[in-house]
Amino acid sequence: MAVRYFGAKIKRNEDPTLLTGRALFTDDVDLPGMLHVAFLRSDYAHARIRSIDVSQALKRPGVVAVYTAEDLGDYWRPGPLLVPPPPVEGIVFNQRTQVPLAKDKVRFVGEPVVMVVAESRYIAEDALEDIFVDYEPLEPVVDIEKALEPGAPLVHEDVGSNVAAHVVQRKGDYEAAKAEADVVISRRFFYDHGLAAAMENRGYVAHWDPKAQFLTIWDTTQAPVVIRNGIAAMLGLSESQVRVIAPFIGGGFGPKIMMFYQEEVLIPWVAMQLNRPVKWIEDRRENFVATTQERYQIHKAEIALTKDGRILGVKDVFLHDTGAYDPYGLTVPINSQCTLLGPYDIPNYYSEFTAVFTNKTIVTPYRGAGRQHGVFVMERLLDIAAKELGIDRTEIRRKNFIPPDKFPYNNEIIYQDFAPLVYDSGNYEPALDKALELIGYEKFIKEEQPKLRAQGKHVGIGVVCYVEGTGIGPYEGARVRVEASGKVSVATGVGTQGQGHFTSFAQIVADQLGVDVRDVHIVTGDTAQFHWGTGTFASRGAVVAGSAIYEAAKKVREKALKLASEILEVAEEDLELVDGYVRVKGAPEAKISLGELAVRSNPLRGAVKPGTEPGLEATMYFGPERGATASGTHACIVEVDPETCMAKILKYVVVHDCGKVINPLIVEGQIHGGVAQGIGNAFYEQIVYNEDGQLLTASFMDYLIPTAMEVPPIVTDHVETPSPLNPLGTKGAGEAGAIPTAAAFVQAVEDALSDYNIEILEAPLSPNRLYELLHKK
Amino acid sequence: MTDLHTIRVTVNGTTYERTVEARMLLSDFIRHELGLTGTHVGCEHGVCGACTVLFDGQPVRSCLMFAVQADGHEIMTVEGLAPDPDHLHPLQEAFWEAHGLQCGFCTPGFLMTLKPFLEENPNPTEEEIRLAISGNLCRCTGYQHIIEAVKLAAEKMRK
Ligand code: FES
Ligand code: FES
Repeated sequence: MAVRYFGAKIKRNEDPTLLTGRALFTDDVDLPGMLHVAFLRSDYAHARIRSIDVSQALKRPGVVAVYTAEDLGDYWRPGPLLVPPPPVEGIVFNQRTQVPLAKDKVRFVGEPVVMVVAESRYIAEDALEDIFVDYEPLEPVVDIEKALEPGAPLVHEDVGSNVAAHVVQRKGDYEAAKAEADVVISRRFFYDHGLAAAMENRGYVAHWDPKAQFLTIWDTTQAPVVIRNGIAAMLGLSESQVRVIAPFIGGGFGPKIMMFYQEEVLIPWVAMQLNRPVKWIEDRRENFVATTQERYQIHKAEIALTKDGRILGVKDVFLHDTGAYDPYGLTVPINSQCTLLGPYDIPNYYSEFTAVFTNKTIVTPYRGAGRQHGVFVMERLLDIAAKELGIDRTEIRRKNFIPPDKFPYNNEIIYQDFAPLVYDSGNYEPALDKALELIGYEKFIKEEQPKLRAQGKHVGIGVVCYVEGTGIGPYEGARVRVEASGKVSVATGVGTQGQGHFTSFAQIVADQLGVDVRDVHIVTGDTAQFHWGTGTFASRGAVVAGSAIYEAAKKVREKALKLASEILEVAEEDLELVDGYVRVKGAPEAKISLGELAVRSNPLRGAVKPGTEPGLEATMYFGPERGATASGTHACIVEVDPETCMAKILKYVVVHDCGKVINPLIVEGQIHGGVAQGIGNAFYEQIVYNEDGQLLTASFMDYLIPTAMEVPPIVTDHVETPSPLNPLGTKGAGEAGAIPTAAAFVQAVEDALSDYNIEILEAPLSPNRLYELLHKK
Repeated sequence: MTDLHTIRVTVNGTTYERTVEARMLLSDFIRHELGLTGTHVGCEHGVCGACTVLFDGQPVRSCLMFAVQADGHEIMTVEGLAPDPDHLHPLQEAFWEAHGLQCGFCTPGFLMTLKPFLEENPNPTEEEIRLAISGNLCRCTGYQHIIEAVKLAAEKMRK
């Protein structure tokens, strides 16, 4: 088989549609007779609802219906738990999931309270002004440490405390290791992670056809199949009566896989109630409070080492802010707990966390999904240890890397996929070496930095390493079919949000079937096209769905060869698939087109052999035994102006190992985008809640997403340790850019300001915060 | 606020006459009245630039204008850049070749910002490009491939 496309920089199939403004996004759906929804949301972080008066709203011309929690009847119930807690011994998990509309009590600013349906969005929003809600404000739970003090107000009274979860995981015996250590370093770290802020807000459109008894939903989701199953169950429909379409999605990054959003549950229901198509599109202000976010953790961490810098053990006890509800289970803090170990051979580990309910927006994964927090803690501990021991920061990392012959490497704790955290493969030193070379580490440290310092410039360098669990199960599937035209159509259940699946998946198929990559048409995100699947999350699209597509294409290839061999009367080994034909090797004029084979494989008369399946088509599923571990090194050079405390990134390098790369152009783009989000998380973006639980940064004027002025050119390179866990040897690449960025940035800033002798134990920074740190003494 | 006005607006060469409320945003008018959904709305507070269209040849944020303000004016949206997906504008071609888009949601805004920019400045430096797009947010690409696309487009358009 000739590999023409796998590994090649191919322009994306989906781009002409997007570039000409012809792609369908959810808000582009327009149906005759469509109604529009607006939500009245809580202005309070924590309050009792005494009464709600909607009578004036109902009188407004153009208003069709108004619903409070009471009006939902039996349909009002807490959402399902999306991810159950992992099987860890002694785990405490208090499940409290979001409700469609708040009843009795509101628990965060932005929680939906009343739904208004009207002939236009303008009228629906007017009607919100007509509604009167009588609230009795309660003391809000904002600070996660105070939330655990006795007598603190409670987000959920029936839980009896604000503890959402408590988990302890162990490897070896940390206390015994500590007793042997030459040095023990302990610090308190603070890490805050922000909003995904995808450029497209969320939205749902539902259309109920009462004659066909069929519900169609357009949904900005990363997991259409799961949404279909859930909505069907909630509405008492069978799955075949519901079609969920996730059309083009304007960026996902995690929060678009949260399910089920309150609005997501209500829009299809109200479309059925009113027998009219209904649309709700989130506006940006709503996105800041109603779409899930990530938030902060406070870590008390300790590392025990020998005097030559070998890690004997790590202990970490942390608090995690989970917001008002916990529908996504423990994915985020478990990722923090597991990813902290990084690429290092750490024989003893004790990790304990408490997830805390607060009166804030719900926390679910956002690109990195808690991994940032863990990486930051570990990398900062190593930086401090290196300083204390007088070892170069790159040496201390190198010394503790898991050696390449120790894979698969078992960390002996449970990961987010409920399987033990085992790294499938990796080789960390080459990535570090390459990154050091690309950033010019030796030269910078020895020549440039001293020279620039002598000129009064504050420049510093940061180098950090990380691993990333990717491509987890359970499974994905795909159907590959050769059409009579000779073109190939492929359907899979994952959704796509800009990752280039239309192209990378087509590359896999084109190689197997010997067709032009532009002749492979991929359908993702439409449950009418493929029935099974779980969704795009945890950097798994290319790994899991890609592998299923590969297997299905391989099967179709076998079918094509078998049939062609019968027709051409030539042994299969003597045939090849080239340019849309099966032809005889060495005699290319003896050939039959794939389109012709597709027609011949679907006879209209006569008999076929028993067991024959019609069509050049195959459906295959792939479920990896466990996730594939990607890894890499980030390095950056930063200049800080101690007067203004502005920091400028002068150079940024990423060397990444995501196994075999299907399309380097796409992977590069994923890394650039991730780094840009990481830079935002390091220095520009911050979620600020005041003591009343009000979000103070609820616009793009206050929540600063990096622009082209802030994101520096990024140099990327790859090393490749193929994953043995899937036939393509790939690992996920979606999140790597974003995970260690703040750790690299902070290290570089601290280095730049070495004459001030400060230790930075938190992220994000900002000019103001840096100023405080510099002047606190 | 809800009083009605009849306006005539030329969009991509076609003149439309519609009766709209005074408060209707130009972005809503383009998207929902005219059905030209290539213009996207990302923030409705004038920061993200996704809604950028050309207003008498100048880039404007259609979420910060009312439809009535466009009465008698000429607008160009992304749909007006190329006749069909097989005949792309050099700017679109360059975005395609340089992988200047991922989800593509921000892209129409970038294209409409860049068209007049490159016409005025056919040979921009990287700094000038960065400044030109600093009012457009993209959450996917990290801008690097967009900047490469602009350089490539400038080259194509100079030819
Ligand atoms: S939608 Fe107009 S600038 Fe963001
Ligand atoms: S490509 Fe997704 S926001 Fe720019």
